[in-house]
Amino acid sequence: MTDLSLIRNFSIIAHIDHGKSTLADRLIQHCGALTDREMKEQVLDSMDIERERGITIKAQTVRLLYKAADGLTYQLNLMDTPGHVDFAYEVSRSLAACEGSLLVVDASQGVEAQTLANVYQAIDANHEIVPVLNKIDLPAAEPERVRQQIEDVIGIDASEAVEISAKTGLNIGAVLEAVVTRLPPPKGDVTKPLQALLVDSWYDSYLGVIILVRVTEGRLKKGMKVRMMQTGASHTIDRVGVFSPKLTDLPELTAGQVGFIIAGIKTVADTQVGDTITDDQKPAAEPLPGFKPSVPVVWCGLFPVDSSQYEHLRDSLAKLRLNDSSFDFQPENSAALGFGFRCGFLGLLHMEIIQERLDREFDLDLITTAPSVVYRMHMTDGEVKELHNPADFPDPVRIDRIEEPWVKATIMVPDEYLGSVLTLCSERRGVQVDLTYVGNRAMAVYRLPLNEIVFDFYDRLKSISKGYASFDYEVDEYLEGELVKVGILVNAEPVDALAFMAHRSQAEYRGRQICERLKDLIPKHLFKIPIQAAIGGRVIARETISAMRKDVTAKCYGGDISRKKKLLEKQKEGKKRMRQFGKVEIPQNAFIEALRMGEPK
Amino acid sequence: MFGLYIHWPYCLSKCPYCDFNSHVAERIDHQAWRRALLTELDHYAARTPGRILTSIFFGGGTPSLMDPATTAALIERARQHWPTANDIEITLEANPGAVDRDKFQAFRDAGINRVSLGVQALDEEALVFLGRRHDRTEALRAIESAATLFSRFSFDLIYARPGQTPAEWRDELRRALPLASAGHLSLYQLTIEEGTRFYLDHAAGRFHIPDDDLAIALWDVTQEEMNRAGMPAYEVSNHARPGEESRHNLLYWRGGEYVGIGPGAHGRIFENGIDYATRQHRAPEIWLKETLTHGHATRTNDPISRRDRAIERVMMGLRLRDGIDPTQFEALGGIALRDVLDGDMLELLIREELIAADSLHAGAPLRVTAKGMPVLNAVIAELVADSDG
Repeated sequence: MTDLSLIRNFSIIAHIDHGKSTLADRLIQHCGALTDREMKEQVLDSMDIERERGITIKAQTVRLLYKAADGLTYQLNLMDTPGHVDFAYEVSRSLAACEGSLLVVDASQGVEAQTLANVYQAIDANHEIVPVLNKIDLPAAEPERVRQQIEDVIGIDASEAVEISAKTGLNIGAVLEAVVTRLPPPKGDVTKPLQALLVDSWYDSYLGVIILVRVTEGRLKKGMKVRMMQTGASHTIDRVGVFSPKLTDLPELTAGQVGFIIAGIKTVADTQVGDTITDDQKPAAEPLPGFKPSVPVVWCGLFPVDSSQYEHLRDSLAKLRLNDSSFDFQPENSAALGFGFRCGFLGLLHMEIIQERLDREFDLDLITTAPSVVYRMHMTDGEVKELHNPADFPDPVRIDRIEEPWVKATIMVPDEYLGSVLTLCSERRGVQVDLTYVGNRAMAVYRLPLNEIVFDFYDRLKSISKGYASFDYEVDEYLEGELVKVGILVNAEPVDALAFMAHRSQAEYRGRQICERLKDLIPKHLFKIPIQAAIGGRVIARETISAMRKDVTAKCYGGDISRKKKLLEKQKEGKKRMRQFGKVEIPQNAFIEALRMGEPK
Repeated sequence: MFGLYIHWPYCLSKCPYCDFNSHVAERIDHQAWRRALLTELDHYAARTPGRILTSIFFGGGTPSLMDPATTAALIERARQHWPTANDIEITLEANPGAVDRDKFQAFRDAGINRVSLGVQALDEEALVFLGRRHDRTEALRAIESAATLFSRFSFDLIYARPGQTPAEWRDELRRALPLASAGHLSLYQLTIEEGTRFYLDHAAGRFHIPDDDLAIALWDVTQEEMNRAGMPAYEVSNHARPGEESRHNLLYWRGGEYVGIGPGAHGRIFENGIDYATRQHRAPEIWLKETLTHGHATRTNDPISRRDRAIERVMMGLRLRDGIDPTQFEALGGIALRDVLDGDMLELLIREELIAADSLHAGAPLRVTAKGMPVLNAVIAELVADSDG
């Protein structure tokens, strides 16, 4: 058993690309946990997608042994947390398992929106915070300015911020010293009944479910029978240990420590994140405070391009869910796209990542429909329904009122782009809450309907600020709005997968935009095709695709019919990449491209 | 209906737009080629006994580069194998630069009764662009020779060339019409085919072909001028005074049976109740060697299902102005025409006036309208039911 004063549990929080994972790598390397040969870029980001996109999706943990300047060897438990807003719930869990945080800020860029969101979470979790200025080696680094910014915007003392370069390894030792000297050790009593927080769990195809725990009181031993206080289920512990970062078995974990247990659990669904694990024989009196469960806020339809892949899609979604209980899926049947699933995600990045994993890891070709938020429908008979899919929009006469989710968004942007950012926010029905300046950067806080940002708000923001704006949001509350369902008719037939919800003030503009886009996306047919947007029976926009006038009529040569037949086969093959809708064939990408707002045409 | 196609693969030079099986050779052993073509003819004749031969077509390549003695030998051998129709059509493709009056005379003596000249353009500049070996004067001389020696002849023109305006094309056509005294013209739009020099030039942006709007304007000029001259299109690209249509090509379009010999030649033959698609080896030297040693150089001899053959007949038949006669269609292939069509699409295409309204009513043919012809490929793709459907 280790003396608690020799343990430090800490997280690293940062805005995306500020160097969090690189710093984690350096700390691991400095403590000699991995040989140089084992070291690969960003060891804690184990998924390909994480490494490629430079983001962390799942929280990871590693135990390091550090011989400090005072001559003592400390046990450091590092929790690497996701930086993106979509995974805020993962951040809050990791933070709950630690006593302190390293706040990494890019010394050339300064505080960004995600820095703020994460640091506020750390402050809420009563963390001691050590600011770290990274990328100090860059010519553009302005440590003094950023130090001042941290004090002004966040309100924490930055005079002793550690100046480092995670890339070159400069001053990594000073970071470790700061962890030891400035962050508090955990509290806890090994003699008390066991209380351990279930921080996270994931499925490993060899080992089954692995549970990440933070022991708060008592001890967690191999062979011991434990009980999940919330679910009531009991399990016998097969293995106990830590990540160093390799899976390393230990006889026990004691109060104050972070590690894993394996207990013969088959699916992640049997473990509830935030649950308290206690001794089955001698249970604790009280569970630890848990977490709010994460709720999907963005939904979209996923349909296999080849309908015979439906089963494969279902199995793949189920497999992904084994590791990520935060997304949800239910069968959906579309007249245009056939059988598929309506899937719920924590946010847009989460949605993109799941889609990308389905494509890469499961080799699935998918048609994705436009994302939609969850509307609350108050019916005239008093019933309240959740609407995940515009296609399920009920008969309007039965609706009393509709509520939509709003978010609180924080945008940080250089002064020169502020004007366009404010215009974008008001176009998107935003309500300004706050506008402050820090140096030459403005921080705008807005309340915005989630619906207005799910599609391309972030892309637009990046494009109008030349990439300099940063953005973060949290889901706030539901508010009543004048919302309508806009249907799209192609050749006079409604295409359910293209229907969308919009605020009445924007329905016409969006309807017209989509009709224009479809006009470009749907190839010419042998007949002209009207495209209409309509609210109920009222047409609000219309475009027409003119009929095809000419295609190739090549010379027919010497009885070579096979050549003509190949052409026909090629044409038929091309049709397979389309969705037959009535008499019209709609290319698969149209279902998402049409609703992408983006730059006005 | 039974035809014989004979492929002569050699040209004096390769044209930049041509993706046919044509080759340039330093030296040709005419004796060996004659022997080989006769040998392969014998082989296929043995597989198709008892037919009445209605047409022979010498295509290429440039078959006017053949030794007329070879042509004569092949015609004679064909007459020995099959009884021939009294009005048998025997066509030879010829290039203006590769034939003179004496050689035409020799071909006529060999039995040729129709020639098809690869004139391609009447403008000097266009002839250069198309990489033709002849100039305008040679073209006119060849047309004149053909006209004096053959009662039936035709020539080809290629239009929708880069930069060509409808007015220029109309003018060229009006100059061509008096020359087409035998009442047949083939008018092809320039298409850019893979594996040609034009394909690379076009991809590199060295020239541009007319866009759809201009192409349709050029097409309309073609139809107007040819209708006015009494030589309407009887097929997408072929125009004739009634009665002067190419019978051999009609045979392809009507889904008849034909034997193809020579390098890369295709055939469709009916043997023991089964349709076969045949193709000979494409490379001239290998074809020659194999034919001389094995009696034929067949590369493909695939049975095709009745349904697939029926679909071929739809694809080919709809190219004809007169369309497909449902009674003949069923008699030929044993499948009703309606059974290979998508019924809903047929109705839709009729509504859109792309297929004639009376199609298949009371035995009327299935026919593409004048409006439908320029989009024929798309019409066919819609109309032919998926093979599993």
